[in-house]
Amino acid sequence: MGIRFILMVNKQGQTRLAQYYEYLTIEERRALEGEIVRKCLARTEQQCSFVEHRNYKIVYRRYASLFFLVGVDNDENELAILEFIHLLVETMDRHFGNVCELDIMFHLEKAHFMLEEMVMNGCIVETSKSNILAPIQLMDKAS
Amino acid sequence: MALSGMRGLSVFISDIRNCPNKEQERLRVDKELGNVRTRFKNEKLPNQFRENSHSPFLPPLVIFLIAVWIVVFLLLSCHLLHAIDELPYLVEKELGLTHYEKKKYVWKMLYIYMLGYDVDFGHMEAVSLISAPKYPEKQVGYIVTACLLNENHDFLRLAINTVRNDIIGRNETFQCLALTMVGNIGGREFAESLAPDVQKLIISSSCRPLVRKKAALCLLRLYRKNPDVVNVDGWADRMAQLLDERDLGVLTSSMSLLVALVSNNHEAYWSSLPKCVKILERLARNQDVPQEYTYYGIPSPWLQVKTMRALQYFPTIEDPNTRRSLFEVLQRILMGTDVVKNVNKNNASHAVLFEALALVMHLDAEKEMMSQCVALLGKFIAVREPNIRYLGLENMTRMLMVTDVQDIIKRHQAQIITSLKDPDIRRALDLLYGMCDVSNAKDIVEEILQYLSTAEFAMREELSLKAAILAEKFAPDLSWYVDVILQLIDKAGDFVSDDIWFRVVQFVTNNEDLQPYAAVKVKEYLDKPAIHETMVKVSAYILGEFGHLLSRRPGCGPKELFNIIHDKLPTVSTSTIPILLSTYAKILMHTQPPDPELQNQIWAIFSKYESCIDVEIQQRAAEYFALSRKGAALMDILAEMPKFPERQSSLIKKAEDAEVDTAEQSAIKLRTQQQMSNALVVTDQRPANGTPLVGQLSLVKVPSMTNNTDVNSADQGLTPENGALTTVDPPQPSADLLGDLLGPLAIEGPPTAIQSQQNIVSGLEGDHAVEATAIVPVDEPQNSVQPIGNIAERFHALCLKDSGVLYEDPHIQIGIKAEWRMYHGRLVLFLGNKNTTPLVSVQAIILPPSHLKIELSLVPETIPPRAQVQCPLEVVNLRPSRDVAVLDFSYKFGNNVANVKLRLPAVLNKFLQPISVSAEEFFPQWRSLSGPPLKLQEVVRGVKPLLLMEMANLFNSFRLIVCPGLDPNPNNLVASTTFFSESTQAMLCLVRIETDPADRTQLRVTIASGDPTLTFELKEFIKEQLVSIPSVPTAPRASPGQAPPAPPVAQPTSSAAALSDPGALLAGLL
Repeated sequence: MGIRFILMVNKQGQTRLAQYYEYLTIEERRALEGEIVRKCLARTEQQCSFVEHRNYKIVYRRYASLFFLVGVDNDENELAILEFIHLLVETMDRHFGNVCELDIMFHLEKAHFMLEEMVMNGCIVETSKSNILAPIQLMDKAS
Repeated sequence: MALSGMRGLSVFISDIRNCPNKEQERLRVDKELGNVRTRFKNEKLPNQFRENSHSPFLPPLVIFLIAVWIVVFLLLSCHLLHAIDELPYLVEKELGLTHYEKKKYVWKMLYIYMLGYDVDFGHMEAVSLISAPKYPEKQVGYIVTACLLNENHDFLRLAINTVRNDIIGRNETFQCLALTMVGNIGGREFAESLAPDVQKLIISSSCRPLVRKKAALCLLRLYRKNPDVVNVDGWADRMAQLLDERDLGVLTSSMSLLVALVSNNHEAYWSSLPKCVKILERLARNQDVPQEYTYYGIPSPWLQVKTMRALQYFPTIEDPNTRRSLFEVLQRILMGTDVVKNVNKNNASHAVLFEALALVMHLDAEKEMMSQCVALLGKFIAVREPNIRYLGLENMTRMLMVTDVQDIIKRHQAQIITSLKDPDIRRALDLLYGMCDVSNAKDIVEEILQYLSTAEFAMREELSLKAAILAEKFAPDLSWYVDVILQLIDKAGDFVSDDIWFRVVQFVTNNEDLQPYAAVKVKEYLDKPAIHETMVKVSAYILGEFGHLLSRRPGCGPKELFNIIHDKLPTVSTSTIPILLSTYAKILMHTQPPDPELQNQIWAIFSKYESCIDVEIQQRAAEYFALSRKGAALMDILAEMPKFPERQSSLIKKAEDAEVDTAEQSAIKLRTQQQMSNALVVTDQRPANGTPLVGQLSLVKVPSMTNNTDVNSADQGLTPENGALTTVDPPQPSADLLGDLLGPLAIEGPPTAIQSQQNIVSGLEGDHAVEATAIVPVDEPQNSVQPIGNIAERFHALCLKDSGVLYEDPHIQIGIKAEWRMYHGRLVLFLGNKNTTPLVSVQAIILPPSHLKIELSLVPETIPPRAQVQCPLEVVNLRPSRDVAVLDFSYKFGNNVANVKLRLPAVLNKFLQPISVSAEEFFPQWRSLSGPPLKLQEVVRGVKPLLLMEMANLFNSFRLIVCPGLDPNPNNLVASTTFFSESTQAMLCLVRIETDPADRTQLRVTIASGDPTLTFELKEFIKEQLVSIPSVPTAPRASPGQAPPAPPVAQPTSSAAALSDPGALLAGLL
């Protein structure tokens, strides 16, 4: 099914957004996030952006203080996911303008709305930024 | 501003953010949870006063009272109006909490949940928002419900009607929300009540793309979760229609849906295949792609990747036009992708490129294109960008598995070795491990060793294990193997498991020519000032056993050896001391005549440890002390350890076990299985009808006193040739080794079949000695020559290839070269005299089975010194049979007559010619051969567990070509071939293997051909191949009437001492 979860974690290891596409109990999530954060945040720039963990492959990318970590199935195309992360960041950037960690923290719902338009059930559903942002803009206008 | 003006939420998030530690955060979260809980509770019990501690913005008490009054009033009047299955959607203010408030609290809950705290209430409130009339509330309801609940949650059931109304309603934003939620968490009940509506939406012409793309993924979930509920009959046409869509968003979703459908049943979706190729063409050529879907100049890389993934679910592409177009596009992608500066563009284009590579591998393109791919990968593994390099290595490892491009890959070995220095060493290590063979083992293992001392600690154990396994599997000579293991222990002793040093001890014990070398080597290490404890163990063991072989060298007398070993005693732990004690006892035994000074020294040590608190040490010390006073009897008791039976290396087994859960398991396992036949991992293959038998065990005179008589007391008193194994308190490294020693006795050999192999002659009585050296049944003239290498192994190798050595001994080498054409074969025997004197009375007689017509040209009676004689041999295959022709060969050397009976590799599979059949050819044929005797089926048990890929390779090696994808079940395997014989002429044979992934030791074979004998013989042949790839040496059944066969010493092929067994050969023939 492709993407199993998307995490945004800052460099202190605090979760800023977590979206799972399979059900894990809260304990399982906590454990998984802890392991992944420990593993990925310790890596250097010279290391590649893919880490195998349990039965997932984690594709991650760092933007300033924020790490975007995407857990995918083992046979997923890693580079495509890596650029999908960037597409997500660019989309948020287009909406917020110079998006930063705080934007995501304080506009959690908007980040979720965007993800909702981009990924469904672990599959990529839309990659056009204007299509992704259309519902949010509609809502902003209404309020 | 923040959170669309939800101020309370912003305040809460700020508070959390400002918490200095986790404890404070927990307190704040608990407080907030308390608030939210109270609010929700009060909503349900509106006549109670609510606390409003948390927010200063709540209305004052007066308003509250009014609100409560209204609520009570309305509640009374409304109660009866609400239908049961609808969510109790209440108009604002009805129950006190506004939708705005609910929304705010629900987001707080989600935030808290995200932080990792359990939120076990409020789910109802989240679900109830779904039925709010306004978009913002509804949206929150849908999104938060999807985040907090799973598909089995009871509350979801309550929402089904609302969701359905949204889906079939006219409001497309509502439709999208509902479809997305169902697509994320929809379970069985949703599938039952919504699937037809969703299917209608996907193909509806009045729906906008924005709804249809979500409907497609919604259907995907419903179908994946409950394929039995969702009816996709007739979806093949609709799917194909859907792929004509121009909108790239809809195409992206539809492609995911297609992958799900195709992976389940590709047969039904052939019509989608050309459409996928068209989409790929459109994207690759950038035709009609809106700017919005172009990512850094690349037309939707994600859709390109997905499309190529979908294509990989079709086994082949038969339509030549489609195939041509696809290969054109692939060629374009392979050749047209450049490395560019912009990292995003670079990644995106390489994402497409790697998927194209995977598709090319899948389609089994021509060799030329494959080489192109390897060349590309070679480029990637040399770039600096770590991601591309990592993927390059990973894909090269995959390449090893699927295609025969190993030699091209080997050209990149130097580059791969450089990658060992990467921070991400894993991929390079895996690849090197996969590509290692006899030709490059030395380079690779030495590189790994060099890298070992600087590697990350986490990697060292794996590095050591892999180095040890490769050294064992591919050692060009045994002394190199010993060197490698000793270096390994020296450099990374902490990471060298006991298995590794046990294994080297086994090899040294089993190979006499290696013993002095190993003894010298370990002594060199012992001379170093500080060595790892494992090194002390190995050194002490080897010097105890074989140190006496060095006694003539300067500095290697018993006393010197004792001193350097004893120097280490203060530094070792209690687990090592018993080994040292055994070594001392052995040194003492080998010191002839006894040296009183050394004797006293060692006795003093024994008596000191007699009171040791460790039981093992105490017992050994006491027993050795007592034994060593027995004088000459000591010789027998402390004789050399018997040879170890050959069996699969526990190391390799361990590696296989450990790798079960890694992604590369198939690659590694595959290689492990394929490369079993080599110098050290001896697989002494036998005819399938031979019974498994214990490996060789040396007969040691049973001393009256041993502390291990229980070892095989059951075997004592059997026939004289049944050896009684006695381990005379050797330093047993562990129960594991004991297990190695005894395993076959207990597990594989029924007691009557146990034949002891007596190859250590010293100390044997005469009649035993005769048998020990006999390699032929006693009614044959006794051979005084011993073959070099394992005859059975050579035969098996020649069954798979057409030239090689059939037999070799110190005097003669018989090579063979064969050409096969239909049912004719032309073999040439090369008889080479290795001596400087002529071989006389040379005789070669062919004993052909009835189905083969064999004509051997004249064999000269004398082979001149150092000359080679060629004897052509014509073979005609008359009819299908598995019987094998035998060459009865003899010659005289001096006064000795040598006679061997050799199986000729003119076996059934030589008369096969691979043929790949398409589905159109296969199925009619398969159906027309409807049952016995033309089509036979049998369940085979006790199969050597193989992965499907391994089995496919095995079949391919016998020229049974596996046709991938003909069988929709991925656990099955379909193969085809043509058999040639004079009676059948060319005959198509079809094979189907059904495996059970849960139990790989059993499978069902179905064979079909136009000839009943052929069907039967082929079935039996395949059974033999599947059941008999023994990794444990097995020996033939010794029928009672036959002379006692002396089973071959299962020894490395490189060792000169391996025997073979004509009795076995005959048994195999009859």
